[in-house]
Amino acid sequence: MTTVRTTLIATTALGLVLSGGFTAAQAETLRLLTWGGYAPDKVIELFEQKYPDIDVEVTLSNNEEMISKLRATGGAGYDLAQPSHDRIFAVQKEYGIYKPLDLSKIDTAVMSEKLLDGVKANTTIDGAVYAVPHQWGTSGLMADKSKAPDIKSWADLCDPKYKGKTSMRLRRTILLGTAFAMGENPFEAYSDLAKYQALLDKVADKLIACKDNIKVYWQGGDDLANLMLSGEIVASETWDSTAFKLYNQNNNIVFVPPETGALAWIDTFAIPSGGEADDAAYKWINFVLQPEIVTMMSASTGAIAAVKNGGDLLPEEAKAAVAAAFTPADIDNLKFFANIPPGVEDMEGKTLEKIKAATGG
Amino acid sequence: MVQKDAQRLALFLLLMPFALWILLLIVLPHLGIGYLSIREKIGPRQYEFGPGNYIDFISEPIYWNTLLRTATMSVLVTVLTLFIGFPVAYYIAKVAGRRSRAGLFLLCLIPLWVSDLVRAFGWIVLLRETGVVSGFLQWTGLVSGPVEFLYNDAAVVIGLIYTVVLFMIVPIVSTLDGMDDALIEAGYNLGGSRWTVLRRIVIPYAMPGIVAGCIVVFMLTAGSYLTPILLGGKNSMWFTEQIYDQFITRYNWESGATFGVVLLAFTSFVVWLGLKLTGQNLANTVAKG
Amino acid sequence: MTDSRSPDLECLSLTKRFGAFTAVDDVSFEIPSGSFFSILGPSGCGKTTLMRMIAGFEEPASGDIRIKGKSVIGTPPNRRNVKMVFQHLALFPMMNVAENIAYGLRCRGADKAEITRRVGDVLERIGLPGVETKQIHQLSGGQKQRIAIARCMVLEPDVLLLDEPLGALDLKLRERMKIELKLLQHQFDTTFVYITHDQSEALVMSDRVAVMNAGRFEQIGTPQELYHAPATAFVAGFVGDSSRFSGRVEAGGTILLETGERITAAPRTGTVLPAGTTVDVFVRPDAVAARRPAELSGDAFNRIDGVLDSHLFNGAQSRALVRTGDGRMIEVGYPRPGSSENLAPGEAVALTFTPADTLCFAKKA
Repeated sequence: MTTVRTTLIATTALGLVLSGGFTAAQAETLRLLTWGGYAPDKVIELFEQKYPDIDVEVTLSNNEEMISKLRATGGAGYDLAQPSHDRIFAVQKEYGIYKPLDLSKIDTAVMSEKLLDGVKANTTIDGAVYAVPHQWGTSGLMADKSKAPDIKSWADLCDPKYKGKTSMRLRRTILLGTAFAMGENPFEAYSDLAKYQALLDKVADKLIACKDNIKVYWQGGDDLANLMLSGEIVASETWDSTAFKLYNQNNNIVFVPPETGALAWIDTFAIPSGGEADDAAYKWINFVLQPEIVTMMSASTGAIAAVKNGGDLLPEEAKAAVAAAFTPADIDNLKFFANIPPGVEDMEGKTLEKIKAATGG
Repeated sequence: MVQKDAQRLALFLLLMPFALWILLLIVLPHLGIGYLSIREKIGPRQYEFGPGNYIDFISEPIYWNTLLRTATMSVLVTVLTLFIGFPVAYYIAKVAGRRSRAGLFLLCLIPLWVSDLVRAFGWIVLLRETGVVSGFLQWTGLVSGPVEFLYNDAAVVIGLIYTVVLFMIVPIVSTLDGMDDALIEAGYNLGGSRWTVLRRIVIPYAMPGIVAGCIVVFMLTAGSYLTPILLGGKNSMWFTEQIYDQFITRYNWESGATFGVVLLAFTSFVVWLGLKLTGQNLANTVAKG
Repeated sequence: MTDSRSPDLECLSLTKRFGAFTAVDDVSFEIPSGSFFSILGPSGCGKTTLMRMIAGFEEPASGDIRIKGKSVIGTPPNRRNVKMVFQHLALFPMMNVAENIAYGLRCRGADKAEITRRVGDVLERIGLPGVETKQIHQLSGGQKQRIAIARCMVLEPDVLLLDEPLGALDLKLRERMKIELKLLQHQFDTTFVYITHDQSEALVMSDRVAVMNAGRFEQIGTPQELYHAPATAFVAGFVGDSSRFSGRVEAGGTILLETGERITAAPRTGTVLPAGTTVDVFVRPDAVAARRPAELSGDAFNRIDGVLDSHLFNGAQSRALVRTGDGRMIEVGYPRPGSSENLAPGEAVALTFTPADTLCFAKKA
């Protein structure tokens, strides 16, 4: 009898200690789930100066991992996330990991109307808006003008002239880019998945044939920068921000919007359904949209803020890189990523696996 | 009676963290993975149970080819690691002096002081076309132009061996450490050549350590992620990459869980097969060692 | 006698140095075929190094080792027909008994049938038939001992080296194994070279014993010679028990002990100690008789007076402890016919011993 009682007491005590440890949540912590560079130390410092009772905790991630993390916890664990605009609609429909935004708490007046309307259109479900824009940028091509002057199209990466000297990231961007280069519009094909599958098959054939031409599939920005700066490759599929950074180190390396149009993405603000510090999240959103913070942020991310005159608020060196890359015609030609319907990611994933597994050169 | 109860309670409390650890971090996640793997997705937020995910795995050659490739490469890495690690372990345990032994051990530990990622970048710096090795070869005049050593299976194998060789060395050193030098001398004294002594005395004695080392190395290699991805070329597929893609890129947790179960089962099978083929069993090798 | 046969093992001026330390210093000896030869010395005297040189695990700095008349310098250990029983036996734990014994035969390339036959034979000869499939850890200490010898003997070596193999056994078993080893040696008729620091092991088993000290051989002889006619003070002190006195040679050849007594020692062949030499005198306990002074007859004996302190009863090895005038304790063999038996502690006694039993050596400078 003694044993049972002692054991019970001991276990209960232990349980209390454990659960006590878990439930002692800190009320005023803003847990950010965002991209590398999207929460520079300087900005966090200024924010914490302005709101001394809020602690900012940053977790760096990317689109896929953001969604996976939130899906794993059912939307808990973070107070503010920054997925791209095309990655919200289907994910929200399927997993319900975000909560609707209260637009009255956001200073939407400073945002570029075109981008705000675009994001709203993409992320409104049953009348509720789930995201507002933060920064935008493009994916396109990067080339060393002195070595590869005639790179213009996605398909030029597969030009035998540059055999073993080009690179790309084996992700959905290159699938879409290649589809555009083949004269198709993949976004229109989203509505008919069978048609989209046929298109993907054609793209896969093209990219498998191209494999011989590719030196390596790059994995991350640092990886790509090293390849390009060392001259091991002369052209690649790229994020514009990476290209802009390299431009400052070597003026021959420029961002080239493909003739079919650079693919544009908008990184947004969205509040996870399990977020516990909504007020702090709104404060952060409004805080980083202030002009002086925007410049700091753009210097860190290399992307353009989705505010009115976002381009003018870029740091000087970035302005030069952008000017070297884009003409007004290129800007008009931007192709914004369309919302991804459910199932498309799986189809694209399978296509990517097929390309990776195929034995090219 | 009271004393006995107190002892029982003490034992219970002592085992508690271990039991919790096993339960919360090992058993539950595996049950979760197993459960996920038999759940078929038939539409948004709609699932039913069935073996569909496993059928998908079997019917897609890309998947099991990758699994076979991963296993083959892992076996290769294990064998090479054994060939590299055994002489090192023998040297540390039997040849090196007491004092230099600690230093040699530390040298083996160095690869573990930095993260996987840094280690992989280290190899990239060395092996890339504009890297150190290529530059050195050009400087010596052995080759006329830059040479690419990176982005192939050899680079992956080298990088993996470097990462795991310690896990081969440590168990072998600890078994050889307990070996009386007189056994080796007796082996020579009774007429054995170097090769005979190695084959009939040293290796059988070290077998528990070798088996333990091989199992750990094989499991670590088959389950590694960063090294094969960063050092491997455009054709290099590793099974863990498939799992990552299923979970993260394709949001297909059901299929990812299936792959996880398949990887666990398959690597366990390879270990079992290895033990069978070499006539060992866990009880008198690893458990004994 | 065995002397007529050619020596199985010869060492000529063998020297081994480790840095500045000379472990084995100019050692020469030869062992006739079929004899049991012991090398006896305290730990650190170089006997193990000597044995390892014979086995081939160490290279001598100078000198020669000949087995059956042929030099083996430069021959690796596995090519020498010298087998060794290691201190802790070094039986291979991962093999069973038969595999242990077959190991050497397999190294020679013997065929399966022959191996099986010879393993069976040798087990029969050591009195352990049928243990082939036992694991080493299932054997008793004495059985392991015999298996270790069988593992060597099955190879019919010219010389068998044994490196203190009895050291790990308990006292009872050690006594039994001494006799057993001696019998095994007779049975196999092979030259045994036995290394030990235990003088009783050496005396009981050996045909000849070499006493080693500080890298050198002090004396080689039969056990009887070593005991009764030690060549040096070290041998006299190390082999067998003895009481030791210091003294000085006087004119006329008598010796004046530090305790004041005057004694004589029978001269040993080839040694004349000049007057004034300081000497060590050794007397074996069993050569000393303790009597009541009144019972003494004549004065042909050396005599030291003392007081009986106590009896040390230990069966056949019983002793009496006598305190001399200067307070030292001397052991006396006990009982001796008509002597200390009925002496009581506290009684005055006279210790007597013959000049022939008095061993006298010049003290080293």
